[in-house]
Amino acid sequence: MTEREKIFGRIREALSVEAPMPGHHHAAGRAAGRAAGTSVPPSAHAREWLPPVGDSFDGQLAAFAENAINLKADFQIAANHDELAALLCKLRDADGWKKIAAHQGELTDAACAALELPVLKTDSGYDVNELEQCDASISECDALIAQTGSVLVTSRSAGGRALSVLPPHHVVIARREQLLRDLPAAFQFLKQKYAANYPSMISFITGPSRTGDIERILVLGAHGPKKLTIFLV
Amino acid sequence: MSAPANDFLTNASRLTQDLRHRSIIQTALGKYEIVRDKSRGAFQDYAAARQAAAETKWEAINHLDKYLEELVAKLEARGTKVHWASTGEQAREIITGIVREKKARSIIKSKAMTSEEIHLNDALEKEGLTVVESDLGEFIMQLLHEPPYHIVFPSMHLTRGEIRELFQRELNDAPSDNPEDLTMVARRVMRKKYINADIGFTGANFAIAETGMISITENEGNARLTAALPKTMITLLGIEKVLPRLEDLALFLPLLATSGTGQALTCYNTMYGGPRQPGECDGPEEYHVVLLDNRRTELLADAEQRDSLHCIRCGACLNVCPIFRNVGGHTYGTTYSGPVGSVITPHLRGLQDWKHLSFSSSLCGACSETCPVKIDLAHHLLQNRRNATAEKSSLPWKLGFKAMNFIFNRPALYKLVAPFGRLGQKLHPIVKGTRLDPAYSWTKTRETPKIAPQTFKEFWRNRS
Repeated sequence: MTEREKIFGRIREALSVEAPMPGHHHAAGRAAGRAAGTSVPPSAHAREWLPPVGDSFDGQLAAFAENAINLKADFQIAANHDELAALLCKLRDADGWKKIAAHQGELTDAACAALELPVLKTDSGYDVNELEQCDASISECDALIAQTGSVLVTSRSAGGRALSVLPPHHVVIARREQLLRDLPAAFQFLKQKYAANYPSMISFITGPSRTGDIERILVLGAHGPKKLTIFLV
Repeated sequence: MSAPANDFLTNASRLTQDLRHRSIIQTALGKYEIVRDKSRGAFQDYAAARQAAAETKWEAINHLDKYLEELVAKLEARGTKVHWASTGEQAREIITGIVREKKARSIIKSKAMTSEEIHLNDALEKEGLTVVESDLGEFIMQLLHEPPYHIVFPSMHLTRGEIRELFQRELNDAPSDNPEDLTMVARRVMRKKYINADIGFTGANFAIAETGMISITENEGNARLTAALPKTMITLLGIEKVLPRLEDLALFLPLLATSGTGQALTCYNTMYGGPRQPGECDGPEEYHVVLLDNRRTELLADAEQRDSLHCIRCGACLNVCPIFRNVGGHTYGTTYSGPVGSVITPHLRGLQDWKHLSFSSSLCGACSETCPVKIDLAHHLLQNRRNATAEKSSLPWKLGFKAMNFIFNRPALYKLVAPFGRLGQKLHPIVKGTRLDPAYSWTKTRETPKIAPQTFKEFWRNRS
């Protein structure tokens, strides 16, 4: 008998006795009769319980902007691609970028062209030491989440697993229509986009890397980026 | 008394009198309480969210076989190697086996309480490996050669001055006691370690059956890097971590953050569905998931306390517990401390040796009240007390309850002995506080409630 079979044996034997539902002490297994997965999942109404987000695009944009401030992320809106290029160059000059990393994409390619800096592209393999030396990384994303101020990236949409965490400054370029309302919408979006073949990494990035492990005092840039800049075009 | 109980009492009486320790813990948890309440308040209906989370976990744990099968099938379909370990020893063997096969020399770890549970670092170091904890708090505790103080805040009992001294001594690099400077020291040290490590090791917060994904919650980015750079990745996963559906995370990620650190959402919430897939540019070539039982199935078999497997290890019950806040995390002598540790440790490591933890409780119920998945921890502590006494109780204990039972059932006898109690209480000050007091261990720090000068019956008879 393999360990797998032994563990399953113990699980099935244990589950032969029913356990009460939490919050229902006296009605042993109120929902016990309900076969798993056949009824509405308890989390289906999460939207009604989570922090509120308005229906309108402007309301959601305002919520995202407010969350970004609280998270100490930098959120900037560019009216068009020319304005984006100007904002990027301003950032480059202010922080003195010498080399950047990016992946192929319509928005990132345009950004790299405007920045006129040496670029490490991660798309077909790269040297980790070289990526670590870059001053900033520029990536696209799958979505922005208004409710939490998060950026949703995957290994497929944002240049792999390391691009968005290794360099000290992560710059995300998103399109207006990528703004999603809340977390339930984000998971629904992931299912619609990728259900047939999920990327091996999906990550919600909510502000720059942080820690509070020393006296619960907030410090940005623990291991990941110290700065997170999000541009909406 | 068991050796762990003895240690517990010794350390507890030392720390409850340590005002410096108390002030550090109260300050840290005071900050936590403010942000936690703010995040809870942002929910439209926190009570409903909590109930749904409890029901979702109930569904997962009570159909654990079904969801584990689904999880493993999905993981394997995308090239993940799944291993099964009934015991901690088997898990250590599986992991050291992978290490040997890969001829690995260094391993970088992100925070994993399961690895503390099976004492993995010792086993890996015996293999000659360099083991590096990458979470800042865990890194500090590793340098100190101490286990984590708290499951979410491993180094919360240390001041910046102590951490500076530690960095100076161990790393010879501590520019100041500013938390930012100290964090940057760890950042610099760790960067090289990520790049050079042969293996990245992680724990897990949730495992999604529907899509075959491991979900990891963190703030620092250390788990992201651990899962991105080394060629081999290993995740050690307790079998109870399963959630049925991907969208369940829409509820669990904010609940975990709110209860764990008080944030609305932690900085990185990442789902891993396998090793590097075709067309992807980085990530590990091999991904191993080790599923750990280690007596979780025994807890599962106790239907009354099965819901303690719903625990998402947020640490909220530790933070509100008056016992934890006074005796501190290390006093427990367990991997999982606080109320949830007191409930599950007797199941994982033996009731008689660890029953004292269930007795070290004021039964105030703050733990049950705060638990985001509604585990009734305070009642489980009572059940442990009951089980421990039913299984084994001392002769004086048994005789005492027999005598009480005998007297309380006979009103005439009760009337006869009641004045002795009053007399005894009058005489008590003579021995109180000395070893001659038969109730010394109880009365040395407490006042006994005053017995009324007359019984109700006497009062009724004598009323004018």
